[in-house]
Amino acid sequence: MTEGGAPLELTLRPKLAPKTKLRLDQKTGKYLLLYPEKGLLLNPTGAAILKLCTGEHALSAIILQLATEFQSSPELLGPEVLAFVRGLLDRGLLQAEP
Amino acid sequence: MTDEATTDDRLYTLIAELTYLCPLRCVYCSNPTDLAAHPDRLQTADWLRVFREAAELGALQLNLSGGEPLLRKDLEDLVAGAQRLDFYTNLITSGQPLTRDRLTRLRDAGLSSVQVSIQDARAAESDRIAGRVSFEHKLEVARWVKELGLPLTVNMVLHRQNLSRVAEMIALAEGLGADRLELANTQYLAWALTNRSALLPSRAQIDEAREVARAARERLKGKIELLFVLPDYYSDRPKACMSGWGKRYLLVSPDGLALPCHLAHTLPGLRFDNVQDRSLSEIWQSSEAFAAFRGEAWMPEPCASCDRRTVDFGGCRCQAFHLTGDAAATDPACSLSPKHGLITESRAAAQAEQLIPLTLRYREIGR
Repeated sequence: MTEGGAPLELTLRPKLAPKTKLRLDQKTGKYLLLYPEKGLLLNPTGAAILKLCTGEHALSAIILQLATEFQSSPELLGPEVLAFVRGLLDRGLLQAEP
Repeated sequence: MTDEATTDDRLYTLIAELTYLCPLRCVYCSNPTDLAAHPDRLQTADWLRVFREAAELGALQLNLSGGEPLLRKDLEDLVAGAQRLDFYTNLITSGQPLTRDRLTRLRDAGLSSVQVSIQDARAAESDRIAGRVSFEHKLEVARWVKELGLPLTVNMVLHRQNLSRVAEMIALAEGLGADRLELANTQYLAWALTNRSALLPSRAQIDEAREVARAARERLKGKIELLFVLPDYYSDRPKACMSGWGKRYLLVSPDGLALPCHLAHTLPGLRFDNVQDRSLSEIWQSSEAFAAFRGEAWMPEPCASCDRRTVDFGGCRCQAFHLTGDAAATDPACSLSPKHGLITESRAAAQAEQLIPLTLRYREIGR
């Protein structure tokens, strides 16, 4: 478990917490991350990140993959991805393997 | 990058109160006090149709609740049906009666998470509030939930008789490996209103417990999602009850009434449709009772011209009715309500009370 506030290691392999369920919402065509009593509505980047949070991919690989998918650069996408992952780790919606 | 999903108006959550029957007799039960007038009337097929219609309306979350949902012999079938509709299915339970085998079957049927209620951190106190010996079995159930790989929410209802033990409650939830801990103060409706003088805490008790919870939330960040829910009586402004009447939640009672909240059927003058007579979509879109307190047209002053009307939607209709006699009044929990004195008087009484009144009225059927 990562300590809150410390910078994220790019070798971390984030994984959706067991209490979450990632699914497509037919009403909006957007992905949602559901957990007890609540849910997060995800934009396309958020959804793409979480689909890769299977515990198999390191953050560095996730950033590279997304950069390709969204025709962007790792430098540009990196901070956004890290902030998003950090937020969800703090909320217990993601877990991280070292 | 994310918004709370609940930012627009549509059905998000179906609360299926499968039965009002329960082995426990908690003194603050949120079921209506005339629960015997609402027997189980829906068959398995009825519930499965209700789930399907709710999913078609956009519902994503399904709370299987009660009473005690485990008393429904068809619970496995209901969970499986919900799974086919891709619901996030949360079982809200007292944990009894339950065996590890049945919990395994429920997991295999597609349950997403389990919320177990525990009434106190100490056995004798928990059993006293529940009106039945149940504490040890609840702990066992909570352990099974984790062993079977299901997410665990521990729900503990707070009141003057247990607020001093919030630290112990948090330790208990940690020990059980809870993913989520709800420390929810009693809301004084239904059975809790009957027992209000024995349960309503003082402000000092609330403040102290809230501070303990705040520190724990920080410490447990990323491990346990810790919620501390204030009682309306100490909130100054009312809560956005059910996120607004008929906005995001729909509840179906054991006898099939489609309701905007747990106690709407205690409000006079509203006719609630039964899911056996009309489709959920018709009810949601055009039922008179759902329309009654939607939007702002019904609002009295001071709500109608208040900036917070879009935040709290005027508060809780049931609290308004059960305290003031008028379901369309501003929630008296709001300090701007002309009837707020009803709340401050109760608080003053809780403050002055030196001895805890020992008489508790237990939930019972056929009152």
